[in-house]
Amino acid sequence: MSQPNRLSQGGRIDRSRKLHFTFNGKRYQGHAGDTLAAALLANGVDIVNRSFKYSRPRGIVAAGAEEPNAVVQLGSSEAGQVPNVRATQQALFDGLVARSTNGWPNVQRDMMSLVGKLGGQFMPPGFYYKTFMAPASLWMTYEKFIRKGAGLGRSPTEQDPDIYDHLHQHCDVLVIGAGPAGLAATLAAARSGARVILCDEQEEMGGSLLDARERLDGKPASQWVAEALATLAGMENVTLLPRTTANGYHDHHFVTLHERRTEHLGETAPLRDGHRQVRSRMHRVRAGRVVLATGTHERPLVYANNDVPGNLVAGAVSTYVRRYGVVPGQRLVLSTSNDHAYRAALDWLESGREVVAIADARANPDGELVEQARAQGIRIMTGSAVVEAKGDTRVTGARVAKVDLDGFRVVGKAETLDCDTIASSGGYSPVIHLASHTGGRPTWRDDLLAFVPTLVKGVSAAGGAHGIYATAEVLADGQHAGGQAASELGFQAVSIELPKVAARRDGPACALYQVPHEKPTLRAPKQFVDLQNDVTAAGIELATREGFESIEHVKRYTAMGFGTDQGKLGNINGMAIAARCLNKSIPEVGTTVFRPNYTPVTFGAIVGRHCRELFDPERYTAMHQWHVEHGAEFEDVGQWKRPWYFPQVRADAVNGELESMAEAVARECRAVREAIGILDASTLGKIDIQGPDAREFLGRVYTNKWAKLAPGRVRYGLMCKDDGMVFDDGTTSCLGENHFLMTTTTGGAAGVLEWLELWHQTEWPELQVYFTSVTDHWATMTITGPEARKLLAELTDIDLDREAFQFMDWREGKVADVPARVFRISFTGELAYEINVQANYAQHVWDALFAHGEKYGLTPYGTETMHVLRAEKGFIIAGQETDGSVTPEDLGMQWCVGYDKPFSWIGQRALTREDTKREGRKQLVGLKPKDAKVVLEEGAQIVLDPTHAIPMPMVGHVTSSYYSPTLDSGFALAVIKGGQQRMGETVYLPMADGQTHEAEIVSPIFVDPKGERQNV
Amino acid sequence: MFNIHCPYCGELREEEEFHPKGQAHIARPADPAACTDEEWGDYLFFRDNPRGIHHELWVHAVGCRKFFNITRHTVSYEILETYKMGEQPSFTAEYPQGGSDAAAMHPAQVAQQAGVHA
Repeated sequence: MSQPNRLSQGGRIDRSRKLHFTFNGKRYQGHAGDTLAAALLANGVDIVNRSFKYSRPRGIVAAGAEEPNAVVQLGSSEAGQVPNVRATQQALFDGLVARSTNGWPNVQRDMMSLVGKLGGQFMPPGFYYKTFMAPASLWMTYEKFIRKGAGLGRSPTEQDPDIYDHLHQHCDVLVIGAGPAGLAATLAAARSGARVILCDEQEEMGGSLLDARERLDGKPASQWVAEALATLAGMENVTLLPRTTANGYHDHHFVTLHERRTEHLGETAPLRDGHRQVRSRMHRVRAGRVVLATGTHERPLVYANNDVPGNLVAGAVSTYVRRYGVVPGQRLVLSTSNDHAYRAALDWLESGREVVAIADARANPDGELVEQARAQGIRIMTGSAVVEAKGDTRVTGARVAKVDLDGFRVVGKAETLDCDTIASSGGYSPVIHLASHTGGRPTWRDDLLAFVPTLVKGVSAAGGAHGIYATAEVLADGQHAGGQAASELGFQAVSIELPKVAARRDGPACALYQVPHEKPTLRAPKQFVDLQNDVTAAGIELATREGFESIEHVKRYTAMGFGTDQGKLGNINGMAIAARCLNKSIPEVGTTVFRPNYTPVTFGAIVGRHCRELFDPERYTAMHQWHVEHGAEFEDVGQWKRPWYFPQVRADAVNGELESMAEAVARECRAVREAIGILDASTLGKIDIQGPDAREFLGRVYTNKWAKLAPGRVRYGLMCKDDGMVFDDGTTSCLGENHFLMTTTTGGAAGVLEWLELWHQTEWPELQVYFTSVTDHWATMTITGPEARKLLAELTDIDLDREAFQFMDWREGKVADVPARVFRISFTGELAYEINVQANYAQHVWDALFAHGEKYGLTPYGTETMHVLRAEKGFIIAGQETDGSVTPEDLGMQWCVGYDKPFSWIGQRALTREDTKREGRKQLVGLKPKDAKVVLEEGAQIVLDPTHAIPMPMVGHVTSSYYSPTLDSGFALAVIKGGQQRMGETVYLPMADGQTHEAEIVSPIFVDPKGERQNV
Repeated sequence: MFNIHCPYCGELREEEEFHPKGQAHIARPADPAACTDEEWGDYLFFRDNPRGIHHELWVHAVGCRKFFNITRHTVSYEILETYKMGEQPSFTAEYPQGGSDAAAMHPAQVAQQAGVHA
């Protein structure tokens, strides 16, 4: 259990707390304060994964969110599986179990690596397009093989035991990143009185100050961090969110912050006071101003075999040494284009290990850090770079040569240095991802050799995020940004005292991205640009040769910047290589767009509590509990739960077997046609319409006439959009001269109300009318069937005489001693009364109806029976018989169109357009299958000639289809081109299984065509 | 997600409370019967798709249920103003900085969106 690379002192870990963990089945030990990556390096674990395409062994390269290789699968149990975790971002906890996401049978001995060895030509860029173009049928075979090889983790197959929260937050200033810039910005903004949220993705706040060599006010930088955080923690107007990643910057300063509250404690959230803690919170923050203090990512250099384990970015070396007390090797070679990276060599040397040499691409480096390195006796090879790493599963040497940067060539003979670690630095890229989410295209700055963010109003960048790197300047810049943000919101800026930092003299950096090799790029050993997606310099060069000139095309062709990596390390190098090949500058090649999320977010965090029963609101009627107790099967209609059918115990049941749906529906249908049924129709939309112009308004929004509808009367109406197409229907009752009650379809209720408001508010504000949704206030129970009058008579004071209370009348009175409105309307074709009572009286009335109804055979029925009964009568359902392309005339409902109404009602003009008048429009008809046992499939296409060569001309489709117990036959409604002129013709319905059904076009009214039964 | 100032409620509210209803200021022809099929088709189906300033009709669907207009920049998504039905925008393609003549007549009625337009 030794940790060969652990220093005996230094770093921010707690050596007294030992933590055990398992990686790829082997047990190791680390310390509290470690990341998984730091602990793996401490234990000398070189290979953490196999690469995506070539299956090459890969090690840890970086120390933060930009790590491309160490992407692991966490979880000791099935339910605890978490894919796509970066080992560099996962805090170590006792009992952690992780494994590589790639590699078979294991990362040490990988069968797939043969693919990589057998000539790189097996998977050139554009591999998928080129190899799998044909035959298409084999793609499914290839895909399985490739997926197995690619492996980017897997999701758990068991239910997640954890809970996740969403929090909605408002603040004046949101500061993202708690390094020197972010801390100074937060102090400045908070001192002015602004409400500030400071978030940082790391385990500890402090950013680069946690491993800085600089001293602040003469003290270690981390001490100033601790003091600043203590100050901020004591301020009521400051919220500190550590372990919180700003993943997406959305419109109008809406930022999503993903706070991981327990992932450093265990694979599932531990209990506290007997309750499971919340694993993570998604803070949905609406900020007044945002300060991006997101720092930089260091760019590695692109040289041959730069992916062999033991190649790291220089800054990561410093982080591991200074923050975690881990030196990831014995003998270091540093290859750099700038001064800052010299820190890695100095830190390495101070930890007691050997620095073999520094290869500096500049001819005359002379900055302060360079001088320090010289003074320490480190060999500095100027004008040079590592051109190739040696080694297979770990670096064994570095070939260093003089390079001519302008000529992109190696000059002179390379020297091979014995080493086990190569650190490289090609400069620094501001982390511009969040700024990019807002749509701003970044700007290239030649003086920085980097893209800086283009910012929308209300956002500012501070420190490294826009190319300010020296600690003293970063602190001042942060203070300025924080103060400015607060003062823009009207807060009085207060000056804060910043710590004193000695200025450091840095020499200028040089532009170096891909290091030249003795061989041309296409023949040199692989020089990796994007390690996660196995994109090489040669791949990019090949892409440009094949004509891909835009960086966006090169990216898609090579897969550079894809996946969970999103190009954090590789994109700029890739663009530089494309620019070199195309003989352009980097900004000429293009910029790159980063999209949310910055790092992967688990689905749990995105979903929050909106899952299972809280996924979507459910609406219940007042009688819902009764339906549940009486065994109803439910159907979702919009958000409503409606009884679908009520299966009963079968007459011949031995062990209480229930009816099938077909049996239940047949029984319910017979009850309505022969005796009496009852339907809970409460879900129908109900809109109360009042005002002196209510009648005029109805005439404009319905297709038919409303001028003469008297109080006490009810009328059916169709609603069209102004394109003449039916979109809803229902009945409207005249409650008083200026008072109407409109009903809508269940699903259309909200949309119809908004539609009425739209026309009233935007076109006809002069009409005096207003609308109130009363859907939930009234419960509706429909009793229908030949016995309906007899049953209702037992319970009401309303005169039910067939002359006094006619079909399409409504009356007010009492039902079961409760005030009620009773509407004599029918959606079944039978005698029917729709009883409306206040919803909180509904169960009483429903119970009373059953108490009196048993002797009449009162049978509850659901939506399925309702559908069968209405279809037998040819009554349409808006949204089933109509699909936004059906006019009232197509439905054969000319009787419901007021052609001569004075005002041009919505949809009228469209009825005379050429397209709505033409012959051959699809029209509603009935279909009677030649074989009565056949129930046609809804949606089935209809043809006139089943022997026609494929593709057959299709003339229509089935819109509704059921078995009718009344007809003892299947029957259907359909729309067929010119159907109303084709009565009696035979049509054909070829099915997917090869059968072809025959049917006759008939009237859509199958039962009681004269409508006598509802008038009894 | 937009942050929208409802000119009737007088508050900035989250986009989730609103529904977009398409291009604003499209009046229904007063006499539809007098329109040619082409004119009627233009009214029904043809909408602008500008890169830049766009006037949109929205409704505060789960708030006050009022319809109102938004002037929004389709590239930056910045909301330049919101205004009530019957009012005219201050920011137009001709007056991208605001102050179109029509608006000058009702300057007090045009609610400039605080917090978004700086």
